[in-house]
Amino acid sequence: MTDRTQQLIADLVTQLTPVRPLRAPLARAATWLAVIAVLAALVVMYPTRVLHRSTYTLTDVELWSMLATAVLGVIAAFHLSVPESSRRWAWAPIAPLIVWVLSSGHSCYRIWHAGVPATNLPAESPECFRFIVIVSVPLAAFLLWMLRRARPLAPLPVAFTAGIGVAAASAFLLQFFHPFDVTFMDLAAHLAAVGVVTGLVAASGHKALG
Amino acid sequence: MLRPDAQLQEENWSRLMAAAQRGDARAYDDLLKSVVPFIRALLRRRIKSPPLLEDVTQDVLLSVHRVRHTYNPARPFTPWLAAIVARRGVDALRRGGRISRLETQDEDAAATFADSEANNVLGSHDAERELEELLAQLPDAQRQALQLLKVRELSLAEASKVTGLSIGALKVSVHRAIKSLRAKVERDAASR
Repeated sequence: MTDRTQQLIADLVTQLTPVRPLRAPLARAATWLAVIAVLAALVVMYPTRVLHRSTYTLTDVELWSMLATAVLGVIAAFHLSVPESSRRWAWAPIAPLIVWVLSSGHSCYRIWHAGVPATNLPAESPECFRFIVIVSVPLAAFLLWMLRRARPLAPLPVAFTAGIGVAAASAFLLQFFHPFDVTFMDLAAHLAAVGVVTGLVAASGHKALG
Repeated sequence: MLRPDAQLQEENWSRLMAAAQRGDARAYDDLLKSVVPFIRALLRRRIKSPPLLEDVTQDVLLSVHRVRHTYNPARPFTPWLAAIVARRGVDALRRGGRISRLETQDEDAAATFADSEANNVLGSHDAERELEELLAQLPDAQRQALQLLKVRELSLAEASKVTGLSIGALKVSVHRAIKSLRAKVERDAASR
């Protein structure tokens, strides 16, 4: 061992402080998901926020794939934040994400093909976009705060999967607050918002976790 | 299935790391010293250059220190350490790739200066030893800041994470260390 390595070890030993071992990634992911589920349930139960859908709602495939993307994205982020987990976790949210995007695209096509006149479509797409982006801010802040404790060695995959998870969770929560029928433009706005949120969380998370 | 000696080593490392997480400095010292050969053996598969091997070994030790709270004492220690070694090994190779893309070959790089005085200073092993002696005379905080930022070439942010000092404090430490070294070198030169 060289002198410099010996000196480094001596320095590290001098700086040693007790630490509390981090809980398992799955347990930490469950905590985040549980907190978000409880908060969402409280807000959804607020009476004036009940939905008024009439003609078109999202398909089961869209809803479940959206939820699976959120859950797997968050679980993957927690796994990737610790050294020992397989880096293949980065792929975990990709399959449900593809199903979600494809099923949303199919729904867009169905609505467009049904020939709903543009004048009958409520101009609420910007609201959807805004909702997903705004709701993502506290969700991302809470998630990155939890992930930061792990001090990930490779922050980018952690931030990227966290971004996918947060964006999907916000899009899923939007379904409880959508006060009108979903339109072609809404779905397009959802996907655009998800892309923007994923990019923003990945960029800011990479910095915050690095 | 691990061999009996590997099994013993694994249990010993797990026990030492769990003790280090509780703040046992002696266990931590034993652990870090005993894992260095293992780290080197893993890195040697990818890194052939001895100086780079030493640098990356130190990077791994710094990373172990930084993320020691992510080790779960209920699980084996070796895979956790091996994952850190693999991560830092890949980082070093990527960094090396980036540097080699930016560097150009200099045919005369190995040539020494025509001035024999310069050769005496730059080519001498004494210079390295003198520098180590000078560094050893610095206060701990200044020496560590200088080593991390100037010798190991970490960024201010990385050095701040390692030491727990603010970036401002690190800058002040390095400034004072260089000032102090310069004064010592000038004093020594004047006394010769």
